[in-house]
Amino acid sequence: MRREHPFSAPYVAQFTRARATLPGRGLPWLSGLRDRAIERFSSLDFPTPKVEEWKFTNLAPLTKTVFGPGPAKAGEDAGDAVQGFLMEETPCHLLVFVDGRYRPRLSAVGDLPAGAEVTTLAAALKARPDMLESHLGGGTAIDEKPFVALNTAFMADGAVLTLEPGVALDRPVHFLYMASAHEAPVVTHPRTLVLAGRGSAATVLESYIGAGSRTYWTNAVTDVVVDEGAALKHYRLQAEGAKAFHIAATEVRLARDSRYESFVLAVGGRLARNEIAASLNGINIDCRLSGAYLARDRQHIDNTTLIDHAQPECHSRQVYKGVLDGKAHAVFQGKIVVRPQAQKTDAHQLNKNLLLSETARVDTKPELEIHADDVKCSHGASVGELDTEALFYLRARGIDAGHARNMLIEAFVGETFEHISSPPMRAHLERMASSWLPSRHQGGAP
Amino acid sequence: MAVASDTAKTIESATGGDYKYGFVTDIDMDFAPRGLNEDIVRFISAKKNEPDWLLEWRLKSYRRWLTMTEPRWARVRYAAIDYQAAYYYAAPKSTELLDSLDEVDPELLRTYEKLGIPLEEQKMLAGVAVDAVFDSVSVATTYKEKLAEEGIIFCSFSEAVQTQPELVRKYLGSVVPYSDNFYATLNSAVFSDGSFVYIPRGVRCPMELSTYFRINAENTGQFERTLVIADAGSYVSYLEGCTAPMRDENQLHAAVVELVALDDAQIKYSTVQNWYPGDKDGKGGIFNFVTKRGACRGVNSKISWTQIETGSAITWKYPSCILQGDNSVGEFYSVAVTNNHQQADTGTKMIHIGKNTRSTIITKGISAGKGQNTYRGQVKILPGADGARNYTQCDALLIGDQCGGHTIPYIEVRNPTAHVEHEATTSKISDDQLFYCMQRGLSAEDAISMIVNGFCKQVLMELPMEFAVEAQKLLDISLEGSVG
Repeated sequence: MRREHPFSAPYVAQFTRARATLPGRGLPWLSGLRDRAIERFSSLDFPTPKVEEWKFTNLAPLTKTVFGPGPAKAGEDAGDAVQGFLMEETPCHLLVFVDGRYRPRLSAVGDLPAGAEVTTLAAALKARPDMLESHLGGGTAIDEKPFVALNTAFMADGAVLTLEPGVALDRPVHFLYMASAHEAPVVTHPRTLVLAGRGSAATVLESYIGAGSRTYWTNAVTDVVVDEGAALKHYRLQAEGAKAFHIAATEVRLARDSRYESFVLAVGGRLARNEIAASLNGINIDCRLSGAYLARDRQHIDNTTLIDHAQPECHSRQVYKGVLDGKAHAVFQGKIVVRPQAQKTDAHQLNKNLLLSETARVDTKPELEIHADDVKCSHGASVGELDTEALFYLRARGIDAGHARNMLIEAFVGETFEHISSPPMRAHLERMASSWLPSRHQGGAP
Repeated sequence: MAVASDTAKTIESATGGDYKYGFVTDIDMDFAPRGLNEDIVRFISAKKNEPDWLLEWRLKSYRRWLTMTEPRWARVRYAAIDYQAAYYYAAPKSTELLDSLDEVDPELLRTYEKLGIPLEEQKMLAGVAVDAVFDSVSVATTYKEKLAEEGIIFCSFSEAVQTQPELVRKYLGSVVPYSDNFYATLNSAVFSDGSFVYIPRGVRCPMELSTYFRINAENTGQFERTLVIADAGSYVSYLEGCTAPMRDENQLHAAVVELVALDDAQIKYSTVQNWYPGDKDGKGGIFNFVTKRGACRGVNSKISWTQIETGSAITWKYPSCILQGDNSVGEFYSVAVTNNHQQADTGTKMIHIGKNTRSTIITKGISAGKGQNTYRGQVKILPGADGARNYTQCDALLIGDQCGGHTIPYIEVRNPTAHVEHEATTSKISDDQLFYCMQRGLSAEDAISMIVNGFCKQVLMELPMEFAVEAQKLLDISLEGSVG
């Protein structure tokens, strides 16, 4: 059903104006892809809660503002804000983007082993357009997901990591997307691409952070291809500004014998959605998705996952936990699909939520769609408050109420960090999360 | 693989064997003309000698229905239904109330005998009052006097409209509003008959109340309307069971059941649904689009739904509880079996409004052949529902590699003191379990039968004994066992 005045219209108009200046305009396949994508976005429009996938996340606040393209030159003040989000725990290959544009002066790519390349989308479109053609928008995502389509139409820059077969990176790769302080509401469309060749191994962190309290929109898309026998650890920090909108989609394609480990820490944004869709296209794949979301005030944080078991003998695990305070609203939608040929699938999913205030709200929808019989699939979900007996136990031992609550909250969330198998990354993300936790009950109640 | 083929055989005999209740009774029918319009609604209302307010309610529903579209969100696929091609009213010829069973059309009695529910025997053996609904109009009601002594009203819906107009008017549409959904609204416009139960204050109904539904006339949609009211401090257990003759054309069934439990009242509503599921190629079978909802209006009230769903080509059914009263309790126990081309999208809604409300959901879905079985359920904790509790367990058992078992729960929590837990599993009968049983001398069939029985036991245990027997027969299972 089309709206009389579609919310997509201003963006379609922006596209028409920007079309000639978008990178890669000399590439017919890319121009064609962009045209198809904007057309698709125009017809899908901003989804309403009547669309099943968006049932619990109402985008009305996002549609109230028309976001424009960023200024040609990014602000120079970003350097300091970035500092707090850098990996202190271990040296890494760092790429920093401010307002969607690559900032070499803030970045530190460092030395990479032969066969590994870290570059930007803008550069790759000039240097190796053929390589990108088969990986950008090759899937069905732009047909079904309006914001993947919108990103595809406008994508201008982002990080690209490619690993030749057998290459293993010792250091993690850190892609940091920073929104600087602007008056006008700006939307950026960062596009990240990770291509892990046969038998390669890497650890990647994507950080989305925002300075100041302005309203902006990050519409991010990440494409991940993990080839046969490769192992990718893929972490994500979403610490956008308090008034930011963050819509992100990650499309993961896994080949046989590959391993994929994902962890998402979401603490920022006014309205944030992080969607991960992993398709398991070969046998003997191990796919683990986990995450923690911590929200307060009027934050809305949505985690949506899809694990598509298309081939037999794969293994998937999901653990997502959330803590909600104030008027926060969390959404978890996790779907496991097991296709008819995917026998011997072992899939498990768990979502747990802790409500700290009377006005916090949780909607969770763990979904199983099973078409094969020889499978082990299960999911669990729970919602509850802090265990009063545990609180009493701690208080009886002389710990004040504030600290006791904090200990229990940290214990609840802390468990999810155990799913991060890279020690420096775990330390980094725990540090990012700890900045959220103590601020609430510092000093403690009597 | 020997075990697999044995499994298939067992399931075939359990659920896919020829439908033994498939026969057609030849009785002259009193039809309304084919199709649906305001005149048909008026015709039905006039046939039943209904008061003006009820006719108006039907017409209001009909007009609303015209503006609605068929829901398509359920995981079921079927050809479009031509609502103008069906008959909306059919009554057996002898509609006058009968004094004794002797006056019932012998043809009709033979039908019941074939179904295995001889009324008189049931009267004596089971102590069950049976309100037998043949197509749409009640033709025999038993044990009325005994119930009347307690002040219990148990009669056909049409009769209640004549004798209890105040109660009907007060509660009809109070749980399922006329505008609730496409099928409920259609039912509100054209409902033919059904059962009405009123249990007075403080009365514990001395026997299980039971209704046998039966769809008979070809092309006749069946639009039952059931209303059960349990006044303060009362208790009633209501049984509903169904079989239907074999047909090639799809038959539509859109029933509405409304339950109201006042302070401290309890309603236990059990269903065995065994309508014609269609043949092995998915031809024919009943479309079962039912709206069932109970309101726990009073404090400490309780509504418990138990269902065994083995029939119908398509099942679309979500018996729900609205837990309004403080400390009220809602329960939903379900076994749903889909075989061949059967599709079921069934589950429940538990809406927690009052304080300290509790709900339990236990479902067992069994899929075989090309069956598709979906659990779809909602647990909603509203801000005022302090201390609400929910426990949900949904298990699916898949037999054969062509079927599907799906779980779609919606958990919506707006109160921090709520505790909500949901668990779901999907698995098949493991080779280890089979091996263990067969090693002890059981045939593969017996072993599977035993394992399936064990898988469903948690739900079967909730059934009243009269029904448990039939349910076990339906699942072709015996003895006990458990699925680890």
